[in-house]
Amino acid sequence: MSQPIGTGSSAGKGRDRDGSPHMSDTGLLRSAGVRFGVVYAVLLAASAAALALFLWWSTAGLLDRQTEAAIRADAQGLSERWPQTGLRGLILTIDERLAGNVDDDAIYLLADPAMRRVAGNLERWPPIVAEAGPYYELSVLRAGIRTLVRAHRYDLPNGFFLLIGRDVQVRAQLRTLLTDALLWALVIVGAMATAGALVVRGLFRRTLANVSATASAIAAGDLARRVRLSGRGDEFDQLAEVINDMLDRIGRLMDGVRQVSNAIAHDLRTPITRARTRLEDASLHADTKEALRAAIDRATQDLDGIASVFQALLRISEVEAGARRSAFTQLDAAPLLAEVGELYDAVAEARGVTLNVSVPGALPLHGDAPLIQQAVANLVDNAVKFSPTGGTVRLSAAVRGRRVEIEVTDQGPGIRPDEHDKVGQRFYRGEAARSTPGSGLGLSLVRAVAQLHGGELRLEDASPGLRAILSLPAWEAMHG
Amino acid sequence: MRILVVEDDSDVAGFVVRGLKEAGHVVDHADNGRDGLFMAVSETFDAIVLDRMLPGGIDGLKILETLRGQKNTTPVLLLSALSAVDERVKGLKAGGDDYLTKPFAFAELLARVEALARRGKAEPTVTRLVVEDLELDLLSRQVKRAGKKVDLQPREFRLLEYLMRHTGQVVTRTMLLEAVWDYHFDPQTNVIDVHVSRLRQKVDKPFPAPLIHTIRNAGYMLRAEPV
Repeated sequence: MSQPIGTGSSAGKGRDRDGSPHMSDTGLLRSAGVRFGVVYAVLLAASAAALALFLWWSTAGLLDRQTEAAIRADAQGLSERWPQTGLRGLILTIDERLAGNVDDDAIYLLADPAMRRVAGNLERWPPIVAEAGPYYELSVLRAGIRTLVRAHRYDLPNGFFLLIGRDVQVRAQLRTLLTDALLWALVIVGAMATAGALVVRGLFRRTLANVSATASAIAAGDLARRVRLSGRGDEFDQLAEVINDMLDRIGRLMDGVRQVSNAIAHDLRTPITRARTRLEDASLHADTKEALRAAIDRATQDLDGIASVFQALLRISEVEAGARRSAFTQLDAAPLLAEVGELYDAVAEARGVTLNVSVPGALPLHGDAPLIQQAVANLVDNAVKFSPTGGTVRLSAAVRGRRVEIEVTDQGPGIRPDEHDKVGQRFYRGEAARSTPGSGLGLSLVRAVAQLHGGELRLEDASPGLRAILSLPAWEAMHG
Repeated sequence: MRILVVEDDSDVAGFVVRGLKEAGHVVDHADNGRDGLFMAVSETFDAIVLDRMLPGGIDGLKILETLRGQKNTTPVLLLSALSAVDERVKGLKAGGDDYLTKPFAFAELLARVEALARRGKAEPTVTRLVVEDLELDLLSRQVKRAGKKVDLQPREFRLLEYLMRHTGQVVTRTMLLEAVWDYHFDPQTNVIDVHVSRLRQKVDKPFPAPLIHTIRNAGYMLRAEPV
């Protein structure tokens, strides 16, 4: 079986030939396009080599196996004859077989213990055939013509030796022809694999060029660029759509960030300017220690105000990021609301406002208790702040269908319907609220908390006043 | 009282150390985690002010965990610029007794450190708190001043209890909000002032000498002598 292995290695050579143009340029290997091309070429060459091996095995290999089978059958027949007829009978049989061999391809040689010819159509015992085990392929001179013979040695019981073989000259020629054809085929496959690899690389590059051009345009600052769709609706189009969606979302987020940073710049600049002016003025004009100290104290208060705005902003982004969802538990919001009511009852009373709290027995929710409490506190805080003296603020809650709805109603100036959407934005302050102290972040937090819990904040006109409804999914709803 | 301050920012540290000394405390200072840990384990303090983020590989939480691992129960106030709720929870879980977010007012820090240090030497459980002629019975939940019964609502009772447990100490509005209401956020309106003023109506107003005093730029203090 040494021959098929030889063919295998020639297939390996073919593979090297495919690989070599790419291997020579190692920098290219880092390109995915080149890698795909190489993988394509290697796969093609490997499958071609496998096919060639199989062809070889099923043709040339088959011929060898047929020859060996014929030799074995011959030997079987002769060895059955041996015990019955002895040496003489064996010689007779060999002569008979040689005479009856129409194809003239049978080789027999019976030799005595001294390796001298006794019968058969070979002149001398070929020295290569030294053992009884393997099949030998040898070149012999036969009737004046050099020919190729496949032979096997059998040791007879009385010290005689028998060689049985077949002339395989024609078969060997056929095999050479086949091997050559297969090798040439492999060369062609190698060339085609290389060409195919280049085509695959080109296709890959062209498809990616679209995406990568968009990406680099965006990296360079052109945020409006989008990946072109081929319209075929294939995997690359799907990828392009996903990328475009992502770019749209990033764009919206960036707009949001820009709005917030503008708002921060505007809303924080005012108190910072105030604190700065106060300090500078005191440094230049304060005559007494008391005046200086008063100015510094007020500037410190301004800075505390700025810090608390930051704190509120961080809290909102923390909520919006959704990290708190891991702290969700099943909870009853009713006592939370009662506590908020109790906390603000005193404040309302001090302002001459009546705070009416009506909370049912249980408000089952799945969420973050401190956040819900803070959201409700913000709503009540707003309502009390904007209520006219003598007005009433109502804090009520109910389970409606699969939602828990927490309502805070005041009799203040309300928010114009066209402003309802804007009040959830950071720093936005309603027209009517401009004159009241506040950061414009209270409702942003409420809205963020609502979204974190999969709920919403609705604002309605209570004429007069505002009704804010914090609507959250009830606990039962989550179990279907 | 003896207080250890572990803080790497020299401005903040200098300010805190000076302020604590002015308030009459003995203060040691370490400006990195290694020295801080060494001092904390080798000496005895009444309280430790510990910055969460320190240079030099050993941060505040690590120091805290090491201390608690050695069964050292010195009260620790964590200082941090990390304000997220989870950070606070993490700090308290690691064994911190209180958590203060930067930037902070010194009055807030002082009030909290003093409250912690005093809590360290907790007196045996009492059932009655008395300041001057004001008596608060924790069992019957009754309050009397000058022998006269004062009617308080449950929350007012807890507010007064907290003030009396910290007699002679400044308690800030945030401390009250956290301890009495268990709120860990800053309500936009100053709700605490209103509640304290309600309490004053009942506890102080009908009597000649007020016990609940307002400390400017800080909070409140309950004590017999005027501030």
